[in-house]
Amino acid sequence: MSTTKGMNLTLKVWRQKNKDSEGKMVDYKVSNISPDMSFLEMFDVLNEELLLKGEDPIAFDHDCREGICGMCSMYINGKPHGPWKGTTTCQLHMRAFKDGDTIFVEPWRAKPFPVLKDLVVDRTSFDRIIQAGGYVSVNTGVTVDANEIPIAKPIADEAFNSATCIGCGACVATCKNASAMLFVSAKITQLALLPQGQPERAKRAQKMVEQMDAEGFGACTNTGSCSAVCPKEISLFNIAKMNREYLTAKVTAEEEKQYAAGV
Amino acid sequence: MKLESKAPEGLLAEKWAKHKFNMKLVNPANKRKYDVIVVGTGLAGASAAASLAELGYNVKAFCYQDSPRRAHSIAAQGGINAAKNYQNDGDSVYRLFYDTIKGGDYRAREANVYRLAQVSVNIIDQCVAQGVPFAREYGGLLDNRSFGGSQVSRTFYARGQTGQQLLLGAYSALSRQIANGKVTMYPRTEMLDVVTIDGKARGIVTRNLVTGAIESHSAHAVLLCTGGYGNVFFLSTNAMGCNASAAFRAYRKGAFFSNPCYTQIHPTCIPVSGDHQSKLTLMSESLRNDGRVWVPKKAGDNRPASQIPEDERDYFLERKYPSFGNLVPRDVASRNAKYVCDEGRGVGETKLAVYLDFADAIKRNGEGWVSAKYGNLFDMYAKITGENPYKQPMRIYPAVHYTMGGLWVDYNLMTTIPGLYALGECNFSDHGANRLGASALMQGLADGYFVIPYTIGDYLAGMPVTKVETSHPEFQKAEKALKEQMTKLINIKGNKTVDQYHRELGKIMWDQCGMSRSAEGLKLAKKQIRELRADFWKNVKILGTDEELNITLEKAYRVADFLELGELMVDDALNREESCGGHFREEYQYDGEAKRNDDEFAYVAAWEYKGEGETQLHKEELVFENVKLTQRSYK
Ligand SMILES: Cc1cc2nc3c(=O)[nH]c(=O)nc-3n(C[C@H](O)[C@H](O)[C@H](O)COP(=O)(O)OP(=O)(O)OC[C@H]3O[C@@H](n4cnc5c(N)ncnc54)[C@H](O)[C@@H]3O)c2cc1C
Ligand code: FES
Repeated sequence: MSTTKGMNLTLKVWRQKNKDSEGKMVDYKVSNISPDMSFLEMFDVLNEELLLKGEDPIAFDHDCREGICGMCSMYINGKPHGPWKGTTTCQLHMRAFKDGDTIFVEPWRAKPFPVLKDLVVDRTSFDRIIQAGGYVSVNTGVTVDANEIPIAKPIADEAFNSATCIGCGACVATCKNASAMLFVSAKITQLALLPQGQPERAKRAQKMVEQMDAEGFGACTNTGSCSAVCPKEISLFNIAKMNREYLTAKVTAEEEKQYAAGV
Repeated sequence: MKLESKAPEGLLAEKWAKHKFNMKLVNPANKRKYDVIVVGTGLAGASAAASLAELGYNVKAFCYQDSPRRAHSIAAQGGINAAKNYQNDGDSVYRLFYDTIKGGDYRAREANVYRLAQVSVNIIDQCVAQGVPFAREYGGLLDNRSFGGSQVSRTFYARGQTGQQLLLGAYSALSRQIANGKVTMYPRTEMLDVVTIDGKARGIVTRNLVTGAIESHSAHAVLLCTGGYGNVFFLSTNAMGCNASAAFRAYRKGAFFSNPCYTQIHPTCIPVSGDHQSKLTLMSESLRNDGRVWVPKKAGDNRPASQIPEDERDYFLERKYPSFGNLVPRDVASRNAKYVCDEGRGVGETKLAVYLDFADAIKRNGEGWVSAKYGNLFDMYAKITGENPYKQPMRIYPAVHYTMGGLWVDYNLMTTIPGLYALGECNFSDHGANRLGASALMQGLADGYFVIPYTIGDYLAGMPVTKVETSHPEFQKAEKALKEQMTKLINIKGNKTVDQYHRELGKIMWDQCGMSRSAEGLKLAKKQIRELRADFWKNVKILGTDEELNITLEKAYRVADFLELGELMVDDALNREESCGGHFREEYQYDGEAKRNDDEFAYVAAWEYKGEGETQLHKEELVFENVKLTQRSYK
């Protein structure tokens, strides 16, 4: 019920029927867009209009619309999640734009994230990296009392900072090498900092990095754009930490091999 | 059919231990011969799937998102309760049990709630062992806060992201079992029917959301962990995809649906700002620990907050409930916000909001202190509204948040269909007519980690290991019916969008079956819903085919189910001629407070499906052996 005058905008949106078809950018006009709308609500409005006109609505991923599930994933004006720092697409609001603007909207683009339709991509490669070792191996019910594992607050806080990753894939989408280092390193760092993560520390780093490579994610060339666009502002410190973890893991593995061989 | 709760006899504190001992066990070598389907991988489903796989069962798990890590549980902010008594402030299993029964307005089953309080302590141990980074004190031990009107500090939290951290913990356990080959995960796959053979649940039929393929999956038991149905109201704090279809379709197949009218309306949400609104955002309840709720004393006072002097403000919660003040339970806080807005004293452009003011807290402790505690919430508020909550009070209004009702389950979490279980928000069990803050996460994880791994064994031990093939006629029949439904929807080719219907349904539900309800309004709602539903099936517009990723079709079949569930909620609200917890009937009150009728309504309403819009009511009488029923008072 905002009384402010709505905006008229031109959208250039990637349309692609399915995984196997070719896609292209298509122009749409939307009018009377309130600055209080979220970016996805603007898409809802457009989709209603398209549907009523008999045109296929634009498919996009979203669920919580609160910036936490990591499902929304639009590449807006050349940036994952658009212009606001530390903000997911669903939390981006239209007051970030002005009347008459043209906005480009594309899906995440990276080989390990194939487009399924329009703006929807397949990110199961991230799940497979976690499956490779992003956990503490503890069965249900086989635990000690929680307070028997004291953890210094600064360490707990640091682990928490890494744990806030929402797995959206913006880091990959922005990287010219499609590197997944920020995502992978955040999990490795969280568990490497905590006492619970120690027993599997070396194995975890090694396995997760191997899976990351197997999925076809690229190498890191330290431009730092991943951290700059991360909606949770995960720090580059994680990548440095992961590199150390991985190196140590490799050395340990080598030593273990030699030990086993009786060298 | 007589409803048997199967709650064990004996002393409250010994029931669960005794029951665990009496249940049959599946021999370890036999576990791998049983297949279990877990639908939904939020807290309840992910914890169940991981735990069952660890025990050796073969699990197939399903979710509609692209990854189990994105379930709606991820959005929980405030925290999770557990009776650890780490703060030495007098908490105990019994106190958590008592608070939950009382908070639920004496409409929950004692035995279940006590078990929940008992296993709450194991949940925290489990999560910490997984590496969940809960908040800690400087000494390195776990921190707690008091939450949602509780008199003790028993809530464990991870900044404002507790649900995220708990879900990522359960997701990591699940991922480990996927890697072990014990769980097969089906993301972007929606379950749309339960298949029963000889009266037992033997599998499900699903739709692949990317290709549209309809497929059957068979198993020895099926667990529904598919969350709540708050999105019946269109606007709610739930994720956009949350829906009732799994539970509702199980209801259609014979599982009873309980207490559908019990809906929780959360008092602290960002108000609706326009017609474009797609969902509502919750501001954590913890804000009420330091924020003061007020409206102007005079109706129609249009001055900005800063120009309304102290003596012209009404801190209505503090005034009416001096002993609890701003910390009264959710149902009470919400209802009172509605009252003052109904009186014309609401604030903001729409007048459907009240102030939540931090000026005193900022004056007392400084902006830095407030920001350290609530910074992420203040930022979120600023992003959404474009206003600075450090400089002017927040505006808040109640919004639909959680559904206490759900599939009826017995003490073993089994529905009225043998072999079909319901866990987490999907069942009706532990919160009675009103859920306490930080108790949903606790219940979901209790069900998944610590209850189902035991109770399912008791059932499977009596089942032959023989598998059924999905070529069985019952699967074929269900697949065919589902394909027909898709074709029917697509062929309507009407001229109204699914969202238009959903919005209209939401408005009917909010107006007549929301914060306050009356016989007259409910009867009107029932008529309106029927008309809307009839119109939907004549006039809804869906494009494309059922053999592709089709976002309109997905919404359409979910809304079709909401259009029936809405009517069931109204029936239940009409039947319950009393006020209790989240269910407030205008006819049954004293001074605006809920008036229960224990003589006639101390029962769980369990509805049986008898054809579209037709029902039969069954009752499970609630027996209170340990607590005395009193009128809840927060004055
Ligand atoms: C904003 C918000 C904040 C909250 N904060 C708190 C809090 O601080 N403390 C607290 O205790 N509680 C809180 N709650 C409540 C709590 O988060 C939920 O009740 C709880 O997480 C539900 O968990 P669940 O596992 O039952 O369901 P969900 O997490 O909703 O998971 C449902 C699962 O089912 C799947 N699914 C659904 N339908 C189908 C289908 N047909 N086929 C296949 N898969 C399907 C979904 O994909 C998903 O995996 C909050 C709720 C909200 C909305
Ligand atoms: S929709 Fe969940 S983070 Fe955007």
